[in-house]
Amino acid sequence: MKELALHVLDIAENSISAEADNITIEINENTIENYIKIIIEDDGKGIEKEILKNITDPFVTSRNTRPVGLGLSLFKAAAKRCEGSFNIESDKTGTKVKAVFKRDHIDRAPIGNVAQSLISILLWNENIDLKYIHTYDNDQFIFDTKEIKKELEDINITDSKIINWLKDYIKENISEIRGGEFN
Amino acid sequence: MKSLEDLREMRKEVEKEMQTRKNTNKPKVIIGMGTCGIAAGAREILQAVMEEMDKRDLDIEVTQTGCIGMCEKEPLMDVKLPGKDRITYGNLDKEDVKRIIVNHVINGNVVDELVIARLEE
Repeated sequence: MKELALHVLDIAENSISAEADNITIEINENTIENYIKIIIEDDGKGIEKEILKNITDPFVTSRNTRPVGLGLSLFKAAAKRCEGSFNIESDKTGTKVKAVFKRDHIDRAPIGNVAQSLISILLWNENIDLKYIHTYDNDQFIFDTKEIKKELEDINITDSKIINWLKDYIKENISEIRGGEFN
Repeated sequence: MKSLEDLREMRKEVEKEMQTRKNTNKPKVIIGMGTCGIAAGAREILQAVMEEMDKRDLDIEVTQTGCIGMCEKEPLMDVKLPGKDRITYGNLDKEDVKRIIVNHVINGNVVDELVIARLEE
C-alpha cells in the first residue's frame, strides 16, 4: 500500500465484516521517540482462536469465499519492513490491531489521506460509530461520529454535501496539529 | 478553520434539499473496496464519485463491496440504472469516473470502451 491510511481503511473494513458497531482508530506520531503507532480496535465478533494464530499468513483468512486474505499480512509486512512491530488480539468481544513503525525509516510509507479513508469507512455503513484520535507529539485531534450525528439530527451522515464537508473538516484539523502539513 | 458550528449551517442547507428528493428508484453505483481495490486506488474512485455527486447535485445510491475475484482489473465500479443492465467498469482512474457519471449515470449512455462485464437485467 502506498499510504498508511490505506492500510487503516483496509483493516477497518475487516471490522465492518465482523459486524462491529464501534470502531476506534488511533494514529500516534511521536517525533521525539521516532515512532508512528496505529491502532484499530472494534467491538465486532472477533476472530476464532484457530484462525487467529496464523491470521497474518496470506493463506489464512476468516472469510469463506476464497482461502486467501492479504490485508493483515500486508500491514504486518509494512511494519516489519520499518523495524517496527505488529500485534493482533481478538476474542468474542472484538479485535485490536496494533502496528508500530519507525518514523524516519526509509521504507515507511507516508501517512497519506486519512480524511478520505475515514470518509470511506463512514460511507460503507452509516450505522457504525467511528472514533478517530490523532496525536502528534503534544497535540491531539479527536473526531467522533457520535458527536457529528448529534449535530446532524435526522440528516444522514452519508449525504454527499455532509461527507465532503467532513472530509475538509478532518483534513484541516489534522493539518493543524501537524504544524500545517496534512500528510 | 471549519468548526462544528459550520456543520449546523450545512445541516440546514441539506435539510431543505432533502424535502425535494424522495426518490426511491435511484441509480446505483457500487465500488470494489477489497484489499486489491484499495491497493489499486479505489478510495480515490469513491472520492471522485462523491465529488461529482456534490458538484452536480446528484441523488445516487453509493455502496461498496469486497473483492469479487477480478483483482487485476481493479479499481472496479458498477453502475446499475433502474430497469437497465448492470454494467461493470474496470481499470478506472478519476477522469474515467467523471465520464461514466456524465455519460452513463446522467445521460444513460454506457461508456463502451471502459466496460469489462455486463449483467443482464
